[in-house]
Amino acid sequence: MSDIPLTTSVAGVPEAAAPRQPPALTTGPAAWLRANLFSSWLNTAVTLVLGYFIVRYAISFVDWAFINAIWSVENNQTQACRALKASADPGACWAVITEKHRFILFGTYPYEEHWRPAIVCLLFTGLYIVSAMRRFWRWELAIIWAVTLITIGILMWGGVFGLSYVPQERWGGLPITLILATFGLAFAFPLAILVALGRRSSMPAIRVLCIAYVELIRGVPLISLLFMASVMFPLFLPEGLNIDKLLRAQVAVILFAGAYLAEVVRGGLQALPKGQYEAAEALGLSYWQKTGFIILPQALRLVIPPLVNTFIGFFKDTSLVLIIGIFDLLTAGKTAIVEPAWQGFGVEVYIAISVIYFIYCFAMSRYSQNLEAELNRHRVR
Amino acid sequence: MSAALDTETHIASSIRADAPPAILLDKVNKWYGSMHVLRDISLQVATGERVVVCGPSGSGKSTMIRCINRLEQHQEGRIVVDGTELTDDVRALDAIRREVGMVFQSFNLFPHLTILENCTLAPIWVRHMPKKEAEELAMHYLTRVKIPDQARKYPGQLSGGQQQRVAIARALCMKPKIMLFDEPTSALDPEMIKEVLDTMVGLAEDGMTMICVTHEMGFARQVADRVVFMDRGEVVEQGAPEQLFSNPSTERLQTFLSQILRGH
Repeated sequence: MSDIPLTTSVAGVPEAAAPRQPPALTTGPAAWLRANLFSSWLNTAVTLVLGYFIVRYAISFVDWAFINAIWSVENNQTQACRALKASADPGACWAVITEKHRFILFGTYPYEEHWRPAIVCLLFTGLYIVSAMRRFWRWELAIIWAVTLITIGILMWGGVFGLSYVPQERWGGLPITLILATFGLAFAFPLAILVALGRRSSMPAIRVLCIAYVELIRGVPLISLLFMASVMFPLFLPEGLNIDKLLRAQVAVILFAGAYLAEVVRGGLQALPKGQYEAAEALGLSYWQKTGFIILPQALRLVIPPLVNTFIGFFKDTSLVLIIGIFDLLTAGKTAIVEPAWQGFGVEVYIAISVIYFIYCFAMSRYSQNLEAELNRHRVR
Repeated sequence: MSAALDTETHIASSIRADAPPAILLDKVNKWYGSMHVLRDISLQVATGERVVVCGPSGSGKSTMIRCINRLEQHQEGRIVVDGTELTDDVRALDAIRREVGMVFQSFNLFPHLTILENCTLAPIWVRHMPKKEAEELAMHYLTRVKIPDQARKYPGQLSGGQQQRVAIARALCMKPKIMLFDEPTSALDPEMIKEVLDTMVGLAEDGMTMICVTHEMGFARQVADRVVFMDRGEVVEQGAPEQLFSNPSTERLQTFLSQILRGH
């Protein structure tokens, strides 16, 4: 009986059908245009109208941003910029970036020492790139992280190796954003995994604790957490003991990100078939072996897209620290245009800052797509 | 269907009456909510004995077999496996799970690990076997289930029958004293059932203590020392396969057999 389907399926295959080319006009750019843009009179009309607006605004943006733009001015003399801005054919005043880029990037950090935060930004970026490469995914990576972070601390604070001491109040700009995001996610992610596991624990006390944490933190805006960290928290501390403001904001960010990431991770844990848990248990693996070898590797792969989504969200949410007076990239940009000579050139500054945020976020997004494809190779036959 | 399974000749029994019972269930009861799914189940399996459990779906046979390595918890009665009673004691449970291998209906291979890694994970981490030794052991059992050449592939690249044979090899790599099979062929296409059953027959010939939930009556005839018929959470009838299949003494078993046989 078992032979029957086999023979029929073999007999059903025609012998050596010669491969043919696909019919003309179903492939190639002309066919693509016809299928997607001009398939009916309505689609043709929509295509033409949208095409008109896109071309028109693209042309005026290029005019504004590049052709008419002023790239530098002498001695803060911004009259030319203002005249251009008011003219019928306006242009961007990139001079504000040329003039203020160091303040935007490094805030109030002492001007002569700007090389230090510059190296810090490069170190952070290098750290991201090294961590992203799978061939470096081994335990030595933890040492690389520790050494890099210590170096970053030494460079920012100074006070040793002949570097002058720079108090934390004077730090600002991109390094602050990268510090908050890196430490925030590096601590929030393991915390989130533990909380997600705890929410599914069979021990009621642990489960209740984890649920309370997630619900409490998720129920309040990040801004109010930051306020609590900067205003209320010091009131509870004994006289004379003062924890660094950046550190307090950092803890608030970690707790906040942890609650959100925990729910994402929990989604992955729940999506895993029950059979995987049972097979691991039946083999006699302990709880942590089961979790570490079987459950988490699969659960985390499943949630790479929402995980990176949350990462990107938090990278940008670090800009909320401006409300407690910490000088991150966005705050530094805002402050740069307070000076009377440069007032009114916010658009240029915000575009420049957006480009920096975009580079980091887009890199994360592309990398996650890559990682997803790579790690899910085992699902492809 | 299982043509090459030789249903005419029963393979020699390997029951060792001198040894203590491998598994003992004593008046085991279990409820899901208010539903009484296991009712006073008492069953004793000798070392080397091969027991086939059959019964209509929802009769509690899977639940019973899953209670033996505590994937489900019973609420009343005693379960003793290899001399150790199943309690809330985690150490006792770990000890039992090391000695009891399980094969699931849906294979439950770990899709992110290769076939070889699937087989070596537990020996390395639970039995603390050196990696090289574990790999040799895994290759030995993969050869036995006739798929050594697939060792570097991932489960998703294998057919259902091959996956189930890997699952058997994975369980065997822990060198268990007892093997539990929970409907191992129910999720397979007909042409793949035989290759899995052949593997199981081979295992039976080696004298492994086995409990197998299955509807494969040919397999039961050839391999089982005893067939246990369950219905509505109870053991209704049990005995040697020939006697049970040719002379069912209860109406419930008669009905069940006629339904099963009509399907063949």
